[in-house]
Amino acid sequence: METVLILGATSDIAIAIVKKFASKKYNIQLAARNPAQLEPIKSDIKIRYGVECDAFAFDALQFSTHALFFETLKPIPNVTITVFGVMDEEDKAFDSWQLTQRMIDTNYTGAVSILNIAAKHYNEQKKGAIIGVSSVAGDRGRASKLIYGSSKAAFNAYLSGLRNKYFKSGIHVMTVKPGFVYTRMTEDLNLPKLLTSTPDEVAEIIYAGFSKKKNIIYVKWFWRYIMLIIKMIPEFQFKKMKL
Amino acid sequence: MKKQIANWGNYPAIEADEASFVFDDQLNNLIRKGESFIARGNGRCYGDASLSERTISTLKYDKILSFDKENGIFECQSGITLDQVLTVIVPAGWFLPVTPGTKFITIGGGLASDVHGKNHHVDGSISNHVIEMDVVLASDEVITCSPDNCPDLFEATLGGMGLTGVISRVKIRLKKIETSMIRQKQVKAANLQELIGLFEAYKDYTYSVAWIDCLKKGTHFGRSILMLGEHATVDDLAGVQKNDPLKLPKNKQITFPFNLPSWVLNKFSVKAFNFLYYTKNFKKEINNIVSYEPFFYPLDAILHWNRMYGKAGFVQYQFVLPLDAGQGLIEILERIADEGLGSFLAVLKVFGKQESIISFPKEGYTLALDFPVRKGLLTFLDELDRLVLKYHGRLYMSKDARMKPEMLVAGYPELEKFKAIIKKYNPEGKIRSVQSDRLLLTSCS
Ligand SMILES: Cc1cc2nc3c(=O)[nH]c(=O)nc-3n(C[C@H](O)[C@H](O)[C@H](O)COP(=O)(O)OP(=O)(O)OC[C@H]3O[C@@H](n4cnc5c(N)ncnc54)[C@H](O)[C@@H]3O)c2cc1C
Repeated sequence: METVLILGATSDIAIAIVKKFASKKYNIQLAARNPAQLEPIKSDIKIRYGVECDAFAFDALQFSTHALFFETLKPIPNVTITVFGVMDEEDKAFDSWQLTQRMIDTNYTGAVSILNIAAKHYNEQKKGAIIGVSSVAGDRGRASKLIYGSSKAAFNAYLSGLRNKYFKSGIHVMTVKPGFVYTRMTEDLNLPKLLTSTPDEVAEIIYAGFSKKKNIIYVKWFWRYIMLIIKMIPEFQFKKMKL
Repeated sequence: MKKQIANWGNYPAIEADEASFVFDDQLNNLIRKGESFIARGNGRCYGDASLSERTISTLKYDKILSFDKENGIFECQSGITLDQVLTVIVPAGWFLPVTPGTKFITIGGGLASDVHGKNHHVDGSISNHVIEMDVVLASDEVITCSPDNCPDLFEATLGGMGLTGVISRVKIRLKKIETSMIRQKQVKAANLQELIGLFEAYKDYTYSVAWIDCLKKGTHFGRSILMLGEHATVDDLAGVQKNDPLKLPKNKQITFPFNLPSWVLNKFSVKAFNFLYYTKNFKKEINNIVSYEPFFYPLDAILHWNRMYGKAGFVQYQFVLPLDAGQGLIEILERIADEGLGSFLAVLKVFGKQESIISFPKEGYTLALDFPVRKGLLTFLDELDRLVLKYHGRLYMSKDARMKPEMLVAGYPELEKFKAIIKKYNPEGKIRSVQSDRLLLTSCS
């Protein structure tokens, strides 16, 4: 049986992804800052799906711990999925270097740190898969998602580069770009129903993309076209817009 | 962000903030926020019990914590739905000790209403099968309660409509089964008298419930079908079924796509009943083996069937009368037939003895039927209330959207005790619902 590692396992999207992979009989490794919190998820996955499930401490910001964390996993996972990320209110983040840096360090630096390690390992094995859950916000910089969007843009570029670098080694690197998702984080927002997915839908689409070895997937698919249009607006026009 | 929410009857609908939680500390944070709130499960109560300007949804708090397959002990978080529980326990040879007529309720909601099933006369309500539970109080303190530990909190939480606190962790005892099938018997009764005789004659059946045609008058008044069942044993099964006795039923649900004008409804249910009565049940009695789904959850096959009642919604009226009040049953059914406001079908069950502070079941006959919301309905239901009281009955809070506080006082002799326990654990009435305010359980007066 194959094993999937989920980094940032406490979010609604992560839990949905875990359930999807467990239902397909993958063993699960959950990782989050506070592993005690993961106990109910762990028992739930084991009992519902009859697969192995373990919980580990992992802090995206503690870069120096990442190598030891990954190398001591038993077994080394066949699939590594990063779901962690921080999205602070942009105005607050802009006013506080601390928040800005935390957002960049989590969404970009932390992800690069752990995925470098996983990728090197997979390169030696000549197999393995990496799934990075990023965001459509990385497709074009906007005032309303200034720091968050740029951290995700950097992450997207990293994932493309990784895909390119290890193409020959047979490593599957998939970039996932969700649009709006109904989660605990977005409960207070009035999201447009037609454009918003549920965490279960996100997980479904990720699993389908993973099975088909896709490179970049949007959730849902029409976001690809929405973002395409947004990317096509000339900068002299775009800079005047409120988006 | 406020959004419009309503429970299963779509009446009343209110504007509310709904927040959810996945982890214990998130629940504590929500409770500490200060404003008043009520816990909300899957919104399958019919009226306003889980409505409030601020609701805390348990639906994401749905993890299974342990399952002892040897002894049938199941421990979970309160937001898991029965539907999910069944898919885990049935293949392991266990069943819910008590289940209502829909599997789309949460465990927490089931405990807060102390739900009953078709086996009440044998197994009692769900409260009989709870080993222990954690309740998070308005102060955000967590108390583990059981029949021996904080029994007052335990008793008042079972059936207490969420007013003592938020049920978080639940441990229940399951029922052993050999197969996922039900040995079913359906018997036709020409009238109410006959039906009551049949209930008596078949009282040893674990599961029993009757569907009554409320429109028939005269000698066929109370024309009905009594449905009885037992969990089938492996020996009851034939052929291929024997190879996989605990097989889960195939999911084939259809969704009711939109709100229908209510006149369609009566035509629809009249047809459904006549079909059962005349076509399917050609004989006086039929015996067969069916999966647990159609037996326990016939209505779940049509998701959102409540939309049949149109936008205005409906009220479900469920009361219980003592066993010796057969006359009352007749009087109330006649009154409903005369007025013609009710749905065509009513569901009748016999309750066994039950002692509790605030749970609905007590020994007697319980009848439930739907009333589409329209002009004159509320006045008419007040009139029915008077009849129910005349025969020493009471109403089910989980179905209620409109009773007056006096009706609750008259029906529940232990109400003062219940109120005192709420005062103890929820002293400032921080946990409150539209219903609890209407029934003066939490409002300041
Ligand atoms: C088709 C249908 C058939 C039904 N058949 C039956 C039946 O046969 N027998 C029967 O007894 N009932 C029956 N019911 C009623 C239903 O079982 C109850 O109303 C049940 O409480 C609904 O649970 P829920 O999870 O949807 O909770 P909700 O409807 O959201 O809430 C119900 C009550 O529980 C409280 N509550 C919910 N979760 C918690 C929690 N974690 N902690 C504390 N309080 C909580 C709420 O505050 C509210 O007072 C039926 C309902 C339908 C729609």
